[in-house]
Amino acid sequence: MSIILDHVSHAYETGTAMQVKALDDISIVIPDGQFIGLIGHTGSGKSTLVQHLNGLLAPTSGSIYYDGRDIHDDDYPKKELRSKVGLVFQYPEHQLFEVDVFKDVCFGPKNLGLPSKEIELRAYEALKLVGIEDDYFYQSPFDLSGGQKRRVAIAGVLAMKPQVLILDEPTAGLDPKGRDEILDQIASLKEKTGITVILVSHSMEDVAEYVERLIVMNRGRVLYDDTPTAVFAHYAELEKIGLAAPQVTYVMDGLTKAGFAVRTDVTTISEARDGILRAMQDTTG
Amino acid sequence: MDMIKADRLAFEYIRRDEEGNVEGITRAVDGVDLDIAKGEFIAILGHNGSGKSTLAKHMNAILYPTEGTVYVDGKNTAEEQYLWEIRQNAGMVFQNPDNQIIGQIVEEDVGFGPENMGIPTKEIWERVEESLKAVGMYEYRKSSPNKLSGGQKQRVSIAGVIAMHPQCIILDEPTAMLDPSGRKEVLRAVRALNDVEKITVILITHYMEEVIHADRVIVMDKGRIEMQGTPREIFSEVERLKELRLDVPQVTMLAYELQKKGLPLPNGILTIEELVEGITELYNKSRGQDCTVT
Repeated sequence: MSIILDHVSHAYETGTAMQVKALDDISIVIPDGQFIGLIGHTGSGKSTLVQHLNGLLAPTSGSIYYDGRDIHDDDYPKKELRSKVGLVFQYPEHQLFEVDVFKDVCFGPKNLGLPSKEIELRAYEALKLVGIEDDYFYQSPFDLSGGQKRRVAIAGVLAMKPQVLILDEPTAGLDPKGRDEILDQIASLKEKTGITVILVSHSMEDVAEYVERLIVMNRGRVLYDDTPTAVFAHYAELEKIGLAAPQVTYVMDGLTKAGFAVRTDVTTISEARDGILRAMQDTTG
Repeated sequence: MDMIKADRLAFEYIRRDEEGNVEGITRAVDGVDLDIAKGEFIAILGHNGSGKSTLAKHMNAILYPTEGTVYVDGKNTAEEQYLWEIRQNAGMVFQNPDNQIIGQIVEEDVGFGPENMGIPTKEIWERVEESLKAVGMYEYRKSSPNKLSGGQKQRVSIAGVIAMHPQCIILDEPTAMLDPSGRKEVLRAVRALNDVEKITVILITHYMEEVIHADRVIVMDKGRIEMQGTPREIFSEVERLKELRLDVPQVTMLAYELQKKGLPLPNGILTIEELVEGITELYNKSRGQDCTVT
């Protein structure tokens, strides 16, 4: 069920003086069940890229294969693709509209033309997956907190039973606890269902903590595609393109410069803590 | 005189269902006393729904108190005669830069505020120039705002506010939608306004690293001020902040985790440099002890 992007380029406003190349010769493979982070500064092409994955945008040149078939073939079932590759936009709670939480989540599967039993079953499962309790099912989605609304919106996409879930900055504007809750939910969801998750984020600390593979975009190209640890080792280059490494990576770098023998390929608090404790024990004996 | 003074401020709004029937009353701000001195840099933290934005909207008379009084530069915000003076004296910047920019060209956008105030044309241009220079956007004055990055747009929004020569600027999550370098740019511009122009700054944010340079941090919960102090005092209370759905900067968290494992680091470490220094000191001390033993 992999997605393959083969030499994909995309230009906006082609044939005018305003032509901008948003994607420039991208070739990547997204296999089943990976947790992928996608980072890059504003305008680096992240959003253009994810909109290609479910066929919202078509490449100017190159091809995209889902499950071995070119998604821009004339007879390719586009509607099916959109239910298989679920895209959660930024501030998805702005798209909630139904009178109660449960109905809102039913909207997607209903549009797939499923029997009503199946629709309700899916909505129930999806809400459970994002940790929304039964008590909230018949409340207006607008009475929920920011983090809850966002989880309901994500449930709306999950109810389509996607094989790939793409989230564009799912934590923007949430308080720290709300941020952790959403990311923990997504991680456990991935564990339980085995779906592929692509997380577009501006928070280096978050991607370091959660993803197994990190793709860095710059000027419409893939600059790095590796484990978070390997990517953040290039923090000097990342800074040049408007990004950074997590704070703890800089702590380890500072300690190395101060003469400590600590590992510098560290991206999370627990790794840094253990690294520093080990170095202190070694030196103090 | 205080820049902003809130005296037992409370704000209630009425929740209604779809038919317009009253469902209940929410007290978004519940008895807040606050004095903000001229030139202070204040950061306000609090989880979603804690009342921080509602509080901020009282500081330039977008909302009026249900109970209590708010004074901006000594003027009661509830008195209509002061409305324009207050709005001009306390400028506000919101989360989404795209909702705040109206001009076709950067310099036109920045000139919009002073033009509305009836400033003579020559002075408008002077103000546009100095405001854009203050946020480091002067070289983009002839650009179209939609060609700018998020951080650049947000700095143009800030320039638009300071062109009105406010004494105070209130920023409600100005960096929530920006990438790391955009966040840094905006923060640098805001700090410069406070350091150089002596403008009072009130910054609302969910990014803990952004408040470490503030003079004072205010933590809101359930419409009340729950904690108040210097960034170091506030971030020393890791557990309490977690209970309030907040966090500490990652480097502070690392120092706290090391403390829990027995490293006697000082409380409330805020920067990477402080932590590196703290660990180096501990190391040197322990080596010194080793020497006396041997």
